[in-house]
Amino acid sequence: MDVAVTINGTLYERDVEPRKLLIHFLRDDLDLTGSHIGCDTGNCGACSVIVDGKLVKSCMLLAVQANGSTVETVEGLAEGDELNALQQAFSDHHALQCGYCTPGMLMSATALLRTHPSPTDGQIRKALQGNICRCTGYWNIFEAVKAASR
Amino acid sequence: MLLREVDYAKPSSVAEALALLAGNDGARALAGGQTLLNVMKARAASPDMLVDLDGLDELKGVELSADGTLTIGAMTTYAEILDSAEARARPILGEVCAQIADVQVRNRGTIGGNLCSNDPTNHLPPLMAAIGARMTIAGARGERTVAAGEFFLGVYMTAAGPGELLTRITVPPGRHDGFAAVTLGVDGTCIVNAAASLDGSFRVAVGCVDAVPVVVEAESTGAVRAAVHGAGLDPPSDVHASREYRLHLAEVLAERAALQAEGRS
Repeated sequence: MDVAVTINGTLYERDVEPRKLLIHFLRDDLDLTGSHIGCDTGNCGACSVIVDGKLVKSCMLLAVQANGSTVETVEGLAEGDELNALQQAFSDHHALQCGYCTPGMLMSATALLRTHPSPTDGQIRKALQGNICRCTGYWNIFEAVKAASR
Repeated sequence: MLLREVDYAKPSSVAEALALLAGNDGARALAGGQTLLNVMKARAASPDMLVDLDGLDELKGVELSADGTLTIGAMTTYAEILDSAEARARPILGEVCAQIADVQVRNRGTIGGNLCSNDPTNHLPPLMAAIGARMTIAGARGERTVAAGEFFLGVYMTAAGPGELLTRITVPPGRHDGFAAVTLGVDGTCIVNAAASLDGSFRVAVGCVDAVPVVVEAESTGAVRAAVHGAGLDPPSDVHASREYRLHLAEVLAERAALQAEGRS
């Protein structure tokens, strides 16, 4: 099926099998490998992207379901060669160790800070609920998101 | 993960969706996909065609009528219910939707998908049973509306049969509701859950203990535990909880839900 998706401002048009998950379309067809596959069952959140302004797990969506959508991935966060404020906060607060979960964490935090620029501690925790990290114990991620909030 | 090959259609009307579902034996309705896609990954179901309902605006949104009745389109997401000013007319709806999984799932998962999948651990089947919601099903022979007791038929089975669609959920006015659950992690899968609604007497629906929500009536909060005890529940044991622990939780959570319902002003 013909699928047209605008990803980080670029329009991509491809012929896609309906059975292909959005995460595989991003990684395998478009070589946008920033979004990671952790569990492939909708639990870990490493594949989180923003579709039409809504945070979703891209392993829980078919590419054909995203036809006509605007998608934001971790590749779109940096401002040129500069990390954006949230990414810099992750670096400053040591919010990543192996980094596998980081693309999903960043997208979840991005979605939160858009709707809640000054989130409460509880809102930060709830916003990161769908993202699993095996390294950090979450605390530094929480601190980074808090630092990036206003 | 690579799914089995599947056809995909995105109808633009309920009539077209019904024709696709009725005309293809292997067709399944795709709502938010937060259950169905995982089921397909596990090969527990392998539909030949997915009929994506996402283009059907007539199945989306929450309407509040003058008498306080809410009409919720089956394709309304949990997040949309949470954000809906109208849905606050029955506050328990948003409160329970906020407890389902995580932001990502709430942004995609729908009330209709939750009800039609009728997984015994789902949050919404017992809630709908307790608050007296009615489900409207469209099919080739027109529409019919059924109560929860007639809608939830068995594990993964509802009155919305092959070639049919749940189109909307009608929720009567009310505020004296409660919900309690013990879950796997915060907002995780329910081990046992219970919803209660006070309208003269208590109607309590317990989930995760049988194929469908078990509804009991009680005159007072003090009578809820005995009513659940007397319902003759026979829940399964699994890796998360023994039969005996589930029986205990059923009574405790039913009472907690009833106390919450009673405490509402």
